[in-house]
Amino acid sequence: MKKKFISTMTVMSMLFVAVLSGCGKSDAGAKAGSAGELYVYNWGEYIDESIIDEFQKETGIKVVYDMFETNEDMYSVIEAGGVVYDAVCPSDYMIEKMIKNDMLAEIDFNNVPNVKNIDSKYMEMSKAFDPENKYSVPYTWGTVGILYNTSMVKDDITSWGDLWNTKYQGNILMQDSVRDAFMVGEKLLGYSINTTDKSELEKVKDKLIEQKPLVQAYVVDQVRDKMIGGEAAIGVIYSGEMLYVQNEVKKAGGDFELKYVIPKEGTNVWIDSWVIPKNAKNKENAEKWIDFLNRPEIAKKNFEYITYPTPNKAAYDLLDKDLQNNTALFPTDDMLKNSEVYKYIGDEGDNLYNELWKEVKGN
Amino acid sequence: MNKDFRKVLAFPYIIWMAGFTIIPLSLIFIYGLTDKSGSFTFANVLAIFAGEHFKALILSISLSVVSTVICLIMAFPLALTLKSKKLDKGSLIVFIFILPMWMNFLLRTLAWLSLLEKNGIINTILHFLHLPGLNIINTPAAIILGMVYNYLPFMVLPIYNVLEKIDDNTINAARDLGANTMQTFTKVIMPLSIPGIVSGVTMVFVPALTTFVISNILGGSKVLLIGNVIEQEFTKGSNWNLGSGLSLIMMIFILISMAFIAKYDKDGEGISV
Repeated sequence: MKKKFISTMTVMSMLFVAVLSGCGKSDAGAKAGSAGELYVYNWGEYIDESIIDEFQKETGIKVVYDMFETNEDMYSVIEAGGVVYDAVCPSDYMIEKMIKNDMLAEIDFNNVPNVKNIDSKYMEMSKAFDPENKYSVPYTWGTVGILYNTSMVKDDITSWGDLWNTKYQGNILMQDSVRDAFMVGEKLLGYSINTTDKSELEKVKDKLIEQKPLVQAYVVDQVRDKMIGGEAAIGVIYSGEMLYVQNEVKKAGGDFELKYVIPKEGTNVWIDSWVIPKNAKNKENAEKWIDFLNRPEIAKKNFEYITYPTPNKAAYDLLDKDLQNNTALFPTDDMLKNSEVYKYIGDEGDNLYNELWKEVKGN
Repeated sequence: MNKDFRKVLAFPYIIWMAGFTIIPLSLIFIYGLTDKSGSFTFANVLAIFAGEHFKALILSISLSVVSTVICLIMAFPLALTLKSKKLDKGSLIVFIFILPMWMNFLLRTLAWLSLLEKNGIINTILHFLHLPGLNIINTPAAIILGMVYNYLPFMVLPIYNVLEKIDDNTINAARDLGANTMQTFTKVIMPLSIPGIVSGVTMVFVPALTTFVISNILGGSKVLLIGNVIEQEFTKGSNWNLGSGLSLIMMIFILISMAFIAKYDKDGEGISV
């Protein structure tokens, strides 16, 4: 869901190679391995890799680091059990699904003292999928919003409805993922993003079909490159990508700016959290890992690299004023009042969404 | 070499075939013919007739047929030219022709994306020359282009292969007996190259029919082919049963193609590239 420029195929082939060779990437530190191993499974390009080295050097734990592209991919790997991971970083609704299917171990928070650095606001938000805060520690969070090119879009963008504006025909990028695409239509029509009501979803489907002729492409990671390259005027993107694309445009000396807005109808607020699968072999090392990542200076360093908003209050306090006050990145509560966290909608719900999504795509 | 020793030599291949062909294939059959609770059903296979799936299948078939025809029209003259060249010159052209195939299929398709994009290389050049832009990216036309580009060598090589085996004396004999160029072509060269054409058509049609990468990259995920449906069932919908059931339908097309090859290319001339 939230990761940077790695296409499905690349990750799949990397995964294949990783499985074949039986090992992931691991830069062994001086005494790596002396304190056991740790199998980490995270989104592609979702960490400052020097942090892995630091962790290895300090703890002597050898880290085997693998990456996935979607929550669904991650789930099938964990479910199949071919590789056993100790620390995994799924999103909200997927964590809920894993809890329901009894796949997660309770975290021993005595081993994760730095959890105190997490803003209680996000622990509260996490209760939507982890009701007792027993299984997960937030790693990043953010919103889904609209990114637009100020030289191609002259109006102020405020609403999801702007993605239906015929002015931008052929210049609109939508997310190629079921829930994110439907979320846009659901919010526009005033439904919950977790609805499984068939008649509501049918209406959302019709809305998306109506939009399809205007859409340039349904993409996942390519939103970034296409917006940076000025290929499209307006697109749906994760807030964590904003700083990256804006910097790239600046670097390239583009004659336009990319602006990010959270539409007034509200959006999806997502949280990616660290969890420990039930079958983990190195649970204590996983807890050490999670604790390490929550040190203020480590969390800050990581944020500066991946640019996905950190829920770590101590790290946030270390940031520059500009960043702290960047409401596109760290929105105020008021901006989020209509927003929701994704919930696991059950197999039947998933099937319904998938069927309707196929109809949108096939139309 | 005695027979027992031969059996030992065949052993690695048998393990390979069992592990990577027979077992996976059986798994697809098992998944395809059961539902999530594991009981037997034809529903996953019959799902091909459901609205969106059938539409995707028809679209896939039409795009693959068009691509195959274009490939054939482009490949035959090329193969004829190659045959008429002296041996080493001809093989140099073949070499240059298959050179891009050494590059990753995915990269080649991504390259077409940067070529065809709105601000892509082709359009930049066209604009520079004050010519109208080319807007085929994210349409079926771009997918056909991707298919033709990627699969053309699979058409050229089998045809070239059979043409090369036609003895020049056969052609000379036809000319001696009074056939003109056209007659030589239709009565001698064409019939003799049927095995290559059939192999070529199959080798282009089948992968084009099942592709999902080309339609994802060059179609902007806006065009839903049957390959995309199956891929989505496996990776996103996590409905392996439906995905397998639909794959079985694809297998029927592959079997039909193999039957054609068996009928027209008895000696395996075309596929012995």
